[in-house]
Amino acid sequence: MDITLQQVSYAYAKNTPFEKRALFDVDLHIASGSYQAIIGHTGSGKSTILQHLNALLKPTDGSINIGDVEVKADKKNKQLREVRQKVGIVFQFPEHQLFDETVLKDIMFGPMNFGVPEVEAKRRAIELTQLLGLPEEVLEKSPFDLSGGQMRRVAIAGVLAMNPKVLVLDEPTAGLDPRGRKEIMDLFYTLHKEKGLTTVLVTHSMEDAARYADQIAIMHNGKCVLEGTPQEIFAHEERLTEFRLELPQSVRFQKKIEQMIGKKLPTICLTEESLAEELAQLIKKEREE
Amino acid sequence: MLEKMIFGRYIPGDSFIHRLDARAKLIFVFLFIAIVFIANNWITYGVLVVFTFLIIRMSKIRLYFLINGLKPVVILIIFTFLLHLIFTREGDVIYHWKFITIYEEGLRQGIFISIRFFVLVILTSILTLTTTPISITDALETLLNPLKKWKLPVHELALMMSISLRFIPTLMDETDKIMKAQMARGSDMTTGSLKERMNAIVPLLIPLFVSAFKRAEDLATAMEVRGYKGGEGRTRYRKLEWELRDTITMFSLVVLAGVLVFLRQ
Repeated sequence: MDITLQQVSYAYAKNTPFEKRALFDVDLHIASGSYQAIIGHTGSGKSTILQHLNALLKPTDGSINIGDVEVKADKKNKQLREVRQKVGIVFQFPEHQLFDETVLKDIMFGPMNFGVPEVEAKRRAIELTQLLGLPEEVLEKSPFDLSGGQMRRVAIAGVLAMNPKVLVLDEPTAGLDPRGRKEIMDLFYTLHKEKGLTTVLVTHSMEDAARYADQIAIMHNGKCVLEGTPQEIFAHEERLTEFRLELPQSVRFQKKIEQMIGKKLPTICLTEESLAEELAQLIKKEREE
Repeated sequence: MLEKMIFGRYIPGDSFIHRLDARAKLIFVFLFIAIVFIANNWITYGVLVVFTFLIIRMSKIRLYFLINGLKPVVILIIFTFLLHLIFTREGDVIYHWKFITIYEEGLRQGIFISIRFFVLVILTSILTLTTTPISITDALETLLNPLKKWKLPVHELALMMSISLRFIPTLMDETDKIMKAQMARGSDMTTGSLKERMNAIVPLLIPLFVSAFKRAEDLATAMEVRGYKGGEGRTRYRKLEWELRDTITMFSLVVLAGVLVFLRQ
C-alpha cells in the first residue's frame, strides 16, 4: 500500500490565539514494502506527519493518498476505519494505551474492533506474545502488573494483532534498555522482511535509521528538507549539521579512521558490522601488497 | 477537537484587564454575579450586555474565539431558554400549536435568563483567560486568609486549586494522545452509534486515571524531595499589588450597580 503526501500543511488549533503551524507543504512518497525513516530534531513536525498517515489528523491544506483512499481537509471520509486497520501506529510510550483486565483481552481489543472473530483474535494474541518473547503466563495477568519493558511489548502486540499492511513506529524503543531496544528493532525488521510490511520509523536515532531504513526523510521546522537513501543522506555531513543532526556513530568513526590513515573507504559504512568488514578487507589488502 | 476548549486556559497578553490585580478581578466577578440579578427589564439587561462587550473589548480577546470556545455552554443556554419558553404561563398568548402554547412572559423570561447566563459565563471566562492560574490562587489565598482564624485550611485549599488548574492542560493533552492511540486501534468515540461511543469511553478513561494517579504520586514525591511542608512560614516570590486602576475598576462596578438600580422597575 503506497502512501503519498502532496503539499500537506497542518496547523494546530486553527483560528484560535494558540494557532501553531506544524507542517509546511510536505511532499513525501512511501512506497509499498519499503522501510522509510523520518528523522528530525524535536519539534520538527515528525509526530504530526505520523498522525496523518492513518488520518488521525486531516491536513489543513493539501492531500494524502493512503492506498486508494484520498484524505483532504474538506472531504468527509467513510473509509477511515479501513485505513486505520491497514495502517497500524505504535505511538511513543504505547504502554499508556493499555486498559483491559488481562493482557490477552488488551491484545485482542484492536482486531475485534475491526471485526476479527474472537477465536482468530485469540490465536493472534498467543502467537504474538511468543513472537515478542513474552512468557505465556502474562496473558492472564493484568497489564498493569507487568514491568515497563513487558508493557511496551504487550502494547506493540496490540497493534500488530490488527495485521496492518503498514506499520508506523514513533520512537518505539524510547526508554528501553539497550538490549530490549535491539531486540525490538530487530523484530520489526524481521516482520518488515518476512511479511513485506511497509514500515515507517520516526526516530531521533541516526543509528537506527542508518541500520534499518531504505529511505530517509529529514524534517526541519515543519518542512521535509532532505530525502534519499541512507548512503546519499549520510554523505552530506554539512547539510545534516545545518539541521542540527549528527552522522551515525559508525560513519563518524569511519571518518576519524579515514583521517588517521589518510585513505578513503569505498563506501559509507552504515553499521558497525559493515565498518568492521570494510576495515578487515582493507587490512587484508595492505598485507597482501 | 479538545484544542478549542477555553475553560481554565490563560492567554498571555498585555491589556488593561490582564494587568489588573487578580484580587480585584476575583472580587469584581463575585460582585458582578450578584449585581446581574438587579436587572429586571429590557433597558437594564441592555446595560449589562453593553458593559460585558466593553470588557471583552478591553481584554483584547477576539470575540470569535470566545464565542467558539463557549459552544458547549451555548447548548445549555438554549436548553434553559426553551424550558422557560414552554413552561411559563403568564401574559398574552403569542403562539399556539397543538399542545405547545407560548406566552409573552415566557419569551421575555427566556431571553432574560439567557442574557444573564451568557453575561456570567463570558465574564468568568475572561477572568481565567486573562489571569494566570497562579495569580488566581494567590489572590484566593490572600482573600480567604481571615478565615484561618476559624481553622479553615486556606493554604491547602489554594494549593489544591492551583494543582488542579495546573493539570487541566496536561490531562487534556494526555486525553488527546490516548484517544488517538485507541482510535488507531479501531475504537472511535467520534463516530458510530451511541452504544459504540459509550463502549469507547472505557479504553479512554482507564489509562487516563492510571496516568493521573501516577502523576499525583510523582508530584507528591517531587514536592517532598524539595522540602515542602505546608504554608507555615512560607514567603512569596510574586507579590500582588493593588493599584489605582484596580480601585477604578471596583468603582466602575459601583457605578454599574447604581445605574441598574436607577433604571430597574
